[in-house]
Amino acid sequence: MITFEGVSKRYPDGTVAVDHLDLEIPAGRITVLVGPSGCGKTTTLRMINRMVDATDGTITVDGRNVRDVDPPTLRRGIGYVIQQAGLFPHRTIVDNIATVPLLLGRNKKEARTHALELMERVGLDAALAKRYPVQLSGGQQQRVGVARALAADPPILLMDEPFSAVDPVVRTGLQDEFLRLQDEVEKTIVFVTHDIDEAVKLGHRIAVFQVGGKLAQYASPDELLAAPANAFVRDFLGGDKGIRRLRFTQELEAEDDASGQTADTVADKAADR
Amino acid sequence: MSPLAAGDDGEPLIRWEWISNNLTDDIAEALREHLILSFTPVLLGFLVSLPLGLACARWKRLYQPTLAITSILYALPAIALFVILIAFTGLTYTTVVVPLTLYTLSVLVPGVVDGLAAVPDHVRQAATAMGFGPLRRLLQVELPIALPVVMAGLRVATVSNISLVSVGAIMGLGGLGQLFTTGLQRDFPTPIVVGVVLVILLALLSDLILLGIQRAFTPWERAGGTRRRKTADQAALPGGGAA
Ligand SMILES: Nc1ncnc2c1ncn2[C@@H]1O[C@H](COP(=O)(O)OP(=O)(O)O)[C@@H](O)[C@H]1O
Ligand SMILES: [Mg+2]
Repeated sequence: MITFEGVSKRYPDGTVAVDHLDLEIPAGRITVLVGPSGCGKTTTLRMINRMVDATDGTITVDGRNVRDVDPPTLRRGIGYVIQQAGLFPHRTIVDNIATVPLLLGRNKKEARTHALELMERVGLDAALAKRYPVQLSGGQQQRVGVARALAADPPILLMDEPFSAVDPVVRTGLQDEFLRLQDEVEKTIVFVTHDIDEAVKLGHRIAVFQVGGKLAQYASPDELLAAPANAFVRDFLGGDKGIRRLRFTQELEAEDDASGQTADTVADKAADR
Repeated sequence: MSPLAAGDDGEPLIRWEWISNNLTDDIAEALREHLILSFTPVLLGFLVSLPLGLACARWKRLYQPTLAITSILYALPAIALFVILIAFTGLTYTTVVVPLTLYTLSVLVPGVVDGLAAVPDHVRQAATAMGFGPLRRLLQVELPIALPVVMAGLRVATVSNISLVSVGAIMGLGGLGQLFTTGLQRDFPTPIVVGVVLVILLALLSDLILLGIQRAFTPWERAGGTRRRKTADQAALPGGGAA
């Protein structure tokens, strides 16, 4: 579990990016931070792994104040995925994925073998292992980014608009697989997006931020759609029309999931024989 | 006996006997000197540029003044620097090495700074987020990515040094340029031709070797290219991979 208690961030230039934030992020679930650009989502996320240090308040991870952990050590235990993937252009895909295990001093061969397994898990052809990031599409790079974040098996994953830079068709595919993967790994995930559709689709809980770094509402997707806390949230959801549309897509997704699962089970059984 | 064009006085452009007679002593010695005089400044310049460039990349306000100083030095004609230095260091290697090291700095310091600036911010951030400390990040991420730009600077500095060392010979400072002065003094073209050919060959060969080193150390630079997105996008679609 990750908790924020009265956390604020004021940048040196005086910008208040996050304003007295209280938030409890449950373990093993996807919590989405959503809101318009500049509302402090990235800042909030980065305070967890101390890429940004809070100016006020306390952040704890599993009961431990993040301030008490030296940043590189803290970060090696928290996966991080960003929009442009941030892959190392000078390392092959397999070495990119093995980055953190190698930083942790694990055996090189084992780290590579494990990286290959991870490639398969995130839906990447093992033939891509020896390629360099420039040789991959945006969608494939994002998968590598996810595999890299998972490589040291950290309990926590921070994801900052990881699917925003790819085209909508690829994005839908990545989201679906991401949900499936999360079913297996059950990480504590903090997921940042500005896209309310993505938030409703992925989030177990959703924190809606408004400009000025204020938390407007923290609720499950159902609660959010049923009872927006204020005019800002209602607007952000797209008014009544937007809410009806989101509910409708939510139901469709649920149906898809159900039928998808049956199809999978059938396929699994067929494979067993 | 030479098939090449003859001068007014019937002196052939190349006298092969002269070459074979002088190959092992004069020519070889001039070549050896030329190599030392061109590469010592590259090496020294590199050793100074790396920390200087890193400092300029880290403390941005250092960069402009540093750049101004190195550019001014670069603008000074080599011959003027040689003349000034002869007063202090005489006809020694130092007289050539010092100015050329300064020229090397003016190419390599921007090379290091630009190379580091070429590291994408998201890559740097990702490295930090994964738990790289500053030194490890520099050595394992930033410098390798900066390498192609730094190597480009190194190649320019090397070739330009090889050509500038010839100038030093006018003042009697050694190197292949001595063959030019010998030829001019004696009104005898063979050493001049030999000198020019060797300088050109030396420059070409050095550049090729450095290019080879660069390529060997930056295999990712040649990856991608035209086949970049060939199969990539299909495979990324749901259903393309394990989806
Ligand atoms: N390093 C920084 N220095 C000053 N202001 C910053 C910095 N980073 C972000 N900000 C400001 O803080 C606010 C929140 O930024 P951010 O957390 O990136 O928002 P979001 O991710 O929601 O778009 C914005 O007004 C942004 O301009
Ligand atoms: Mg952001």
